[in-house]
Amino acid sequence: MMVITANRLNDGRVVYRAESGAWTRALEEAQRFADEVAACSALKSAEADAGAAVGPYLIETDEGAPSGKKIVRETIRLSGPSAGTTKLSVQDANHV
Amino acid sequence: MYKYDAIDRALVDERVEEFRDQVSRRLSGELSEDQFKPLRLMNGVYLQLHAYMLRVAIPYGVLSAKQLRALADIARRYDRGYGHFTTRQNIQFNWPSLIDIPEILERLADVEMHAIQTSGNCIRNTTMDPFAGAAADEVEDPRPWCELIRQWSTLHPEFTYLPRKFKIAVTGAPSDRAAIRAHDIGLRVVRNDEGETGFEVFAGGGLGRTPRIGVKLTDFVDGRDLLAYLTSILRVYNLAGRRDNLYKARIKILVESMGADAFRDEVEATFAQLRGGVHLTPREEIDRIRSFFPPPLAPANDVAEGSAPSRPGFNRWLLRNVAAHKVNGLASAIISLKPIGGSPGDATADQMDAVAALAEKYAGGEIRVTKEQNLVLPHVPRGYLPKLYDALFDIGLATPNAGEATDIVSCPGLDYCNLANARSIPVAQAISHRLSADGLSDQAGDLTIKISGCINACGHHHIADIGLLGVDKRGEEHYQLTLGGSGTEDAAIGQIVGPGLSGENVPEAVARVVAAYLELRISASEKFSQTLRRTGSEPFKEAVYAH
Ligand code: SF4
Repeated sequence: MMVITANRLNDGRVVYRAESGAWTRALEEAQRFADEVAACSALKSAEADAGAAVGPYLIETDEGAPSGKKIVRETIRLSGPSAGTTKLSVQDANHV
Repeated sequence: MYKYDAIDRALVDERVEEFRDQVSRRLSGELSEDQFKPLRLMNGVYLQLHAYMLRVAIPYGVLSAKQLRALADIARRYDRGYGHFTTRQNIQFNWPSLIDIPEILERLADVEMHAIQTSGNCIRNTTMDPFAGAAADEVEDPRPWCELIRQWSTLHPEFTYLPRKFKIAVTGAPSDRAAIRAHDIGLRVVRNDEGETGFEVFAGGGLGRTPRIGVKLTDFVDGRDLLAYLTSILRVYNLAGRRDNLYKARIKILVESMGADAFRDEVEATFAQLRGGVHLTPREEIDRIRSFFPPPLAPANDVAEGSAPSRPGFNRWLLRNVAAHKVNGLASAIISLKPIGGSPGDATADQMDAVAALAEKYAGGEIRVTKEQNLVLPHVPRGYLPKLYDALFDIGLATPNAGEATDIVSCPGLDYCNLANARSIPVAQAISHRLSADGLSDQAGDLTIKISGCINACGHHHIADIGLLGVDKRGEEHYQLTLGGSGTEDAAIGQIVGPGLSGENVPEAVARVVAAYLELRISASEKFSQTLRRTGSEPFKEAVYAH
C-alpha cells in the first residue's frame, strides 16, 4: 500500500495525508492506496496544496508500517532518531 | 575576541528583519517552497527528516561564554534541549519550528552571531586550529587573520554565487590541526627571513564525492596581500569552475583538470594585477584586528599550584585531554563531547551553560569548537585543572578520550539528514562501546575514526585512520571501510579496504582492525598510519574480513 507523506510547513514535522486531504501526524490515519494511478493523482493534489506541507511524496507501507527500500528512512521519520539519547547518566558519560 | 562594529551589527540586524519578512510571506502562502528554499538556505535553514534544522556559524570556532549561554538558551527554548557541534566548528539545532527561526536569529544577533553563509555556494565559515593563540608550537595566532577573512568574505558581492560552496582553513602552527589540505583553500601562517608574517597557500583540497588533497600554490604570500591572493584564487575558480555539473563544480576538480601548474599560473597572473590598491590590507588594519585578540597572560602565582582533584580519573584526563600551552602555567583543556555510547558532538543546554560558567571561572571566558566535535578551553591556569576536572566530571563532560579511537567523529547521518544513505550515530555509539569495553581504545592511544552517512563526507571519513562511509545497498545500510587517511601534515585520503560491511558487523570489524594495529605496531609510539605504511594493508584487510 502507498501513503503520501511530507513535512509540515510551519514546524517541519513529519505528516501523512488523510483521505479528507488534511495532514495528520499519525500514519494510521493516512489514506492508503493500493492503486498507483490513484496514488499519483492524490499526490498531484497534495502538491497543489503547498500551503500546509512541504515536498509530498509517496512511501510504501505494509500493515500500517513503512516498508520497501526506504524502510529505514521512513521508520526513522515515523518514530524519531534511532540514536541513543544524549542524556546518559554522569557515571556512564564519564566512563571512569 | 572580536567585537562587532556598527557595520557588522547593521548587516546582521537587517538580515534578521529580511528573513522575518520572508518567513511570514512563506507562511501566508505568498512565497512557494521553490521560491523560499534558496532564501531559507541563505540563512542556514534546512528541512531535514523530522524538522527544520538551523545551522549557526561559530566564527572560526571561537565562542564567548555569553554566546555559548545564548546557544544553550536557544536549545532549551526552541529545540529539544540540546545542540549538535559539527565538523565545521558550527552548531546545528535539529528541531526548531520555522515560525520561531526569526526570533532565534534575533537572539543570535544579540550576541553577535548569525547563520549567514552556513549554506549555499558561497564562502563558508573559516576552519581554524582550535588551539589558536594557545598552541605551544604556534608561529602566530591565526585568529586575527581568520577575522580578516570573515569580514572580507561576508556577503562579498563577487563570491556570493560561486560554482559551489567554498571552505577556507587556517593554521598558525606547523602542526596542522585545521586539515588545511582537505579544504578548498588551506593557509598556514609562516614567517619570512625578515620576520614578516605571511602564508603558505594550498588549494584544491576537499572531501565529498571526489576526495583530493590540496596542492601547494605558493610558499609565501605577505599577510598584507592575503586578500589579493585569496581573491585571485576565487576569481579564477569563479570564472573557470564548472557550473554545468554539480559533481564537478568544486575547485578541486578545476585544479585537477587544469593541472596544478596551470592553475597556479592563472592565480599568479591575476594576483600580479590585483596586488596592492584596494586589496592591500594596511599594517594598521591588521594591528587593529590583532588588538581584539590580546595574548593570554601568565596566571597569577596563587593559582600556580592547584588543589587535588576529588573525582576519580584525573591523571588519565590530564594525559589525554590537556594540551601544552605557549604560556608557562597555562594549558588548553579539551572537553570531550564523546561520552562512551553517546551521540558525537551533542551537548545539552545544561552542559552548555555549565561549560560557559567554567570558561568564565577558570579560562578567561573563551571556548573553542573543534572539527573533531569537541570543545576546548584554550587558556586554563594549570592550577585550576583539578577543579575544572571535578566540575566537568559532575556534568558528564570528563570523558578522558580526546584523540583516541572512542573520540569518534560522526555526521548526523540517517537519524536526521535528508541526504543520508545510512545511519552514522548508532554505528559510532556501537563502536565506542565495543572499543572501550576491553580497553582497546586506551591501549591504542591516538587513533582517529570518522563516519559519514553519505558520500558528502561531512564526517570527514576520508581523512581518518579508520573511515566509515554509509552506503545504501538495495535498501540496506552498508558501510565502506577506508584505512590510512589523515587530515594533518601528512594529509592523505584513506583507501577502501574491500566490500562494504553490514551495520551489525562494523563494530567487530573495527575492533579487529584496532587489535591488529596493537599487534603489528613496533612500539606504542608508532602511529596507526606508520604501521599501515610499513606493513601494507593486507594484514588489516584480513582483520576486517576475519569472521
Ligand atoms: S555526510 Fe551525508 S548523511 Fe552525513 S550529514 Fe553530510 S549529507 Fe548528511
